[in-house]
Amino acid sequence: MTKQIGRVATFTLLLFGVLFVNLNLIALVQADDLANHPANRRLLIREYQIERGAIVVGEEAIARSLETEGDLRYLREYPGGELYGHLTGYYSFILGRSGLEAAMNEDLIGQPLEVLAQNLGDLLFTRDRAGNTIELSIVPEAQQAAADALEGRIGAVVALDPRSGAVLASYANPSFDPGPLSTHDAAAIREAWEPLRDDPERPLVNRAIAETYPPGSTFKLVTAAAGLENGLSPETAFPDEGTYDVPQTASDIGNFGGGDCADGDTVSLADAMRVSCNTVFARLGVELGDEELIGMAERFGFNRQPPYELTVARSAIPKSMDPPSTAQSAIGQRDVRATPMQMALVAAALANGGQLLQPHVVAAVRDPSGRLLRETGTRTWNEGRFDSQVVDETVADQLRDMMIDVVEDGTGTRAQIDGVTVGGKTGTAQTGGAPTVWFVGFAEDEVAVAVVLPQAGDDATGGQVAAPIARAVMQAALDGS
Amino acid sequence: MSAATGTGRGAERRSGNKLRSTEARLLAFAVVITVFASMLLGWSQGPELPPSAIVTGVALTVIAIVAHLVVRAVAPDADPTLLPLAFLLNGLGLVFVRRVDLAAGSDLATTQTIWTAVSVAAMCGVLVVVPAVRQLSRYQYTFGLVTLVLLVLPLVPGLTAGVINGAQLWIDVFGMRFQPGELAKITMVVFLAGYLERKRALLSVANQRLGPLLIPAPRHLAPVLLATFAALVVMAGLRDLGSALLLFGAFLAVLYVATGRLAYPLLGLVAFAIGSTIAYQLFGHVRVRVSIWLDPWSQVTDAGYQLAQSLFALGTGGLTGTGLGGGRPQDVPFSSTDAIFVVVGEELGLLGATALLVAFLLLVVRGYKISLTARDEFGTLLALGLTVTIALQTFVIIGGLTRVVPLTGITLPFVSYGGSSLLGNYVLIALLLRISDESRGSARGRVLDRAGRRVGSRRAAPAEVGR
Repeated sequence: MTKQIGRVATFTLLLFGVLFVNLNLIALVQADDLANHPANRRLLIREYQIERGAIVVGEEAIARSLETEGDLRYLREYPGGELYGHLTGYYSFILGRSGLEAAMNEDLIGQPLEVLAQNLGDLLFTRDRAGNTIELSIVPEAQQAAADALEGRIGAVVALDPRSGAVLASYANPSFDPGPLSTHDAAAIREAWEPLRDDPERPLVNRAIAETYPPGSTFKLVTAAAGLENGLSPETAFPDEGTYDVPQTASDIGNFGGGDCADGDTVSLADAMRVSCNTVFARLGVELGDEELIGMAERFGFNRQPPYELTVARSAIPKSMDPPSTAQSAIGQRDVRATPMQMALVAAALANGGQLLQPHVVAAVRDPSGRLLRETGTRTWNEGRFDSQVVDETVADQLRDMMIDVVEDGTGTRAQIDGVTVGGKTGTAQTGGAPTVWFVGFAEDEVAVAVVLPQAGDDATGGQVAAPIARAVMQAALDGS
Repeated sequence: MSAATGTGRGAERRSGNKLRSTEARLLAFAVVITVFASMLLGWSQGPELPPSAIVTGVALTVIAIVAHLVVRAVAPDADPTLLPLAFLLNGLGLVFVRRVDLAAGSDLATTQTIWTAVSVAAMCGVLVVVPAVRQLSRYQYTFGLVTLVLLVLPLVPGLTAGVINGAQLWIDVFGMRFQPGELAKITMVVFLAGYLERKRALLSVANQRLGPLLIPAPRHLAPVLLATFAALVVMAGLRDLGSALLLFGAFLAVLYVATGRLAYPLLGLVAFAIGSTIAYQLFGHVRVRVSIWLDPWSQVTDAGYQLAQSLFALGTGGLTGTGLGGGRPQDVPFSSTDAIFVVVGEELGLLGATALLVAFLLLVVRGYKISLTARDEFGTLLALGLTVTIALQTFVIIGGLTRVVPLTGITLPFVSYGGSSLLGNYVLIALLLRISDESRGSARGRVLDRAGRRVGSRRAAPAEVGR
């Protein structure tokens, strides 16, 4: 019987071996997947044990945590509501996180997530732990002005401080209230979520950074910058013609509303900018060639992703173009697409002597006791072969002056602010259907702005519709800061 | 060595003393671990140590001392590791049942402490009433009958506690809920050991040809088929897959060891496989269990909830665990009974779970050793059957919770909350203690050796010569 007992023993030891191997697999190999499985609430509940830091604009919290009695100890609420919905994002145990709630999660929790998952006795420490406070660079007056000005329209506004890259306003309409999405009631969350998800106006999309639009005539700033770099001056004369006969194609380019751009036979580059003369910029684009145009656009940040706390969509220009495409792209049509953030960066660089800065919306991070942990300073946007000095200061100043002309006596007069030097460029992109209208510009060297309205109505132009919005936001930013 | 030169009761007493002082040290170790764990659990809830932590520690200490003294008196040569291992598992069980209490707002741990006292008393009682395990074999058929009665008891109207959590395993006795199946596994093993010891000669002869296999005469096969049938009846009637697997596995192991023929367990397995296939076709609950086992993830919110939550708990615990009091036993259904192991795994991590598994492993290894050195064949078969029972029960429940086998609701010996389970397992320990006591005692000539048995240890030889 000894032999048989030995075999039975061996068999049971094998069974224990299987258990042991399997336990190791679960606890070590599959642990991450299991811990993060959507149906496993453990990490989540531990995360909700932490008093998540507030997100602050000015003196007001636009996101803060409230202690409750439930399993999920802290409830997130958003006193800023829709006004800051796209910036804060939501913090939902069903939907997850979005916006700054997602991007700044580790700061808001006060520790990296991996540490939270690792758990070696950390519960003793996490129990009454609070996260860090995030202070934004947003000027509440400018944000409110953007929301008021966009009321009832689909569109987005981004305002930057050209000297630092700080975002002063970032608003897209329609927006959403993150509050109902962040409650602890699953049914209520679904009820709030479904209409937002199904809304054809897509309120969950942050149009300020997440969508690209044809930049239209605002792209002429880039085309002009490439011309000026290549030896032209604002006074350089171009033939003034009703239509530009684009090489290699039968479809010619005409001016907005038809007709010539000036009274004489020629028109200067500066005047062409002032009245947004399509024929001149299409010709300039073709004469410069696609490489010059693409190169300049990329130096301003096209085909690159702006370094920002939130994910910004890549603004795009094709890597190479034939002459008809080049002509169309030089006036911001066809395949050129830009986010409002990108065009605000262009305006800011021109207002700032040609220096491209990294945008940021988080101004500072403070620990629960109020001690400053980090401050976001001015950072130039250097990246690989791209230098932050996009164009030299002379070119930047020439363009700046041309933009001031646009507002003083051109298409952008509706952006004028009394006693303030304002420059800008309007844009009306026609890509079939209702035009996408733009205004990009600056006031003094203190605020740069981009406004886009992708479905502005059939005869809307950037000068009519977008310029007043930009004006309101710039005015509020100047008053507020 | 004194045992080598001395004879009679003096040497025996000294040797027994040595074993018992080993046991006392190990017991103290087990109790200290429990008391520390219990204090840590208390501190995880707040700076004040709750009285329950102290009560558990004191109670367990007293029970351990009493158990030790009784064993010292009535089974001085018994294996010194069994009792400490049982107490370690039992003590940790108390701590983790308390842990679940804290999450659920219940007070099962106090009940379980009382059950510990009752169970240890029962263990002592068995040791006193059964001075020689051989006596049990005289009543083998009684035990066989008792087994059947115990299994059927939950179906008897008036006694049954009805279907609870999908199975009909409990009876109500004076308002107390008891699971007779926990005792049935022991009485069954006693019956089997007795029956097979007598029939082994007959069953070992294979003279019938069935295909490539030589099998014994059909009438000797009857027990195999009967037991298979009984297992399937338990499975279907009581909806208790785990117990059926356990009883049948123990039966096959004892049968194999008794006859030395691998054909029996293989035939049993084939029969069981056929029976299970039929059961799968006939019974919805069997199909559900199997489908959860194959794919728990598509049904995490309903049928697969318990398995998914068990895996989440173990996965979230990781290597070192969340710490005592840091897990979420409230998320795992039946966390104080069937799923207690995952609570350990979540809070003590892979390391703690492994330690628990190793404790079971040691218990099982000691069981096999006792089986090997038992004084007679009855003792060998009995010890083997009991050991396999514990090993399989541990495997079936832990394997179920970790998706090695389909999950079935049975208790983890000594650790799970449940009075009948605790009682049954302490009785089981009592029998193992008695068998090991007899073998050592007989090795030194305390009890006359039976013919044909090899003698356990070298130092016993002079004692036999002296006899």
